[in-house]
Amino acid sequence: MTQVKAGTWVEIEKILLTPEQRAPTLPEDTKQVPYVLNVSGFLLEDAELGSPARIRTLIGRELEGTLKTVNPSYAHSFGEVVPELLTIGLEEEA
Amino acid sequence: MSHHDMSYAAVMSRKNEIMKASLGIDYDNYVQSPIAFDYERMMDETGYSIEDVARIQRETKVGNTPLFELRNLTQAVRRISEPGKGATILLKDEAANASGSFKARRASISAYEAARKGFKGMIAATSGNYGAAVASQAVQRGLKAIIIQEVFDSRGVGQPEIIEKGRKCEAYGAEVLKLSVGPELFYLLLRTLEETGFFNASLYTPFGVRGVESLGIEIAQQVRDGYGKDPDAVVITHAGGGNLTGTARGLLAAGCENTRIVACSVDLSGLHMASDHDFNRKSFTTGHTGFGIPFATWPDRVDVPRNAARSLRYMDEYQLVTQGEVFYVTELLTKMEGLERGPAGNTSLTAAITLARGMDQDQVVVVQETEYTGAGKHHNSQLSFARENGIEVRRGDPKDSVPGKSIVIPERLEQVWGSVQDMDRLRLSYLRNAAKQYPMESWKAEDIQFLAADIKVTTDWVHQQMAELPSIGEAE
Repeated sequence: MTQVKAGTWVEIEKILLTPEQRAPTLPEDTKQVPYVLNVSGFLLEDAELGSPARIRTLIGRELEGTLKTVNPSYAHSFGEVVPELLTIGLEEEA
Repeated sequence: MSHHDMSYAAVMSRKNEIMKASLGIDYDNYVQSPIAFDYERMMDETGYSIEDVARIQRETKVGNTPLFELRNLTQAVRRISEPGKGATILLKDEAANASGSFKARRASISAYEAARKGFKGMIAATSGNYGAAVASQAVQRGLKAIIIQEVFDSRGVGQPEIIEKGRKCEAYGAEVLKLSVGPELFYLLLRTLEETGFFNASLYTPFGVRGVESLGIEIAQQVRDGYGKDPDAVVITHAGGGNLTGTARGLLAAGCENTRIVACSVDLSGLHMASDHDFNRKSFTTGHTGFGIPFATWPDRVDVPRNAARSLRYMDEYQLVTQGEVFYVTELLTKMEGLERGPAGNTSLTAAITLARGMDQDQVVVVQETEYTGAGKHHNSQLSFARENGIEVRRGDPKDSVPGKSIVIPERLEQVWGSVQDMDRLRLSYLRNAAKQYPMESWKAEDIQFLAADIKVTTDWVHQQMAELPSIGEAE
């Protein structure tokens, strides 16, 4: 069990709609899975990962969900190099 | 939380009252029938003149972006064109707006209006550049912002481009509600509007579209100043229709009656927009046919009762391009023009190359936007992510690409060729959709006048289609 201190920047998850509660007209694959919300904020009281938790978002709203991630970070990048791009534009000079 | 029932059906049934409270526009004032409404009066009654818009936008770092001549790219196009052909290609560098895209224009008037009316914050449901624009404009007007985004599939995997847009919204201090795949984004929008009492910064209000008119006006002025003439063609990336509608209205307000308005979208045909499986097989999250075709052929499918973005009202031509062509042209812009910009903004640049090839050298074609670039929002990120998701990426003839299966990056500029759509087919599709809303037998003179204006044809043309196509009301 990982105890997380109040005040920590965290992400919570919440199932907004179970598959049965979802919009009536959905493609088959989407119909099978729940509609899920993730949102980040500061933890209001100490909580354990995977347990119910309350947060205060950047604009001060209080929201509830399951504590999912501590220090949720952005790790998106430029990706692995795509060699096919490298020569474009150089060829045009010929 | 209110005492209301929060089920999907219950929230959707409260749509009209929630919308009225969160917008301050009573659409009933303009409605004439289930299909017709007084569009021009609705646009006029926003209460903001062209001068007001320019002043409001100057206050929050929007507008007056540079117009660049793409000299090397123009020369490259002339080398592959027939003698005398190859129009000058100009680029309006909208990445220079606060938040890095033209969407700042669209958010600016909504933010001003929300603050003026005493709202504490604003909400937008968007996975595009508009979220960052709302967040950036809100913070400058002392408003809170909530952005609702479709971000990840059921594996929890998100498009790098959308993840970056979420980051940018949080960077401006917004609360970002990140969702799995599905059209219930609108359901959460309604719930959140109801819970917070915030302003609905919908993309499709008159405020959003009036804010883009300044883009068309600036283009008219800059081309006249630099080239002594009106632009011969302006190419506009087309998704929901607001970019095209606002720009075209601005050009007309500036007196550019003969400028050709060309729409362009990335062809993603065959991919379902609400499919969990297809979600991460798209390398473009906006400016594509998944929005472009349905919104052109029926604008009133949005989060407001009547859509202010009505693209067929202004569109002269519609081109589709492939994902590979846009990535190729994005790389050319970087390498030949020394300008690194995001791929989605270069969709219209791709169509401009095709257009310029067919136009005379003394003509001018304007690409009316760019967007910022960076980690996640870069063509290398998009292509690398596509490969990880099993999409074949290779050089070749882009005609051989299949959306969701392969991305074929051209080998030579000659292979950038786009695909011109049949405008009359689009217009007919619009009429069929109108007939689904309101049976053709019920159409009165007023309805037919509205429909004709809404798809840029004469009332005679509409009458002719009605006579020739008794089954016009049948499915499409």
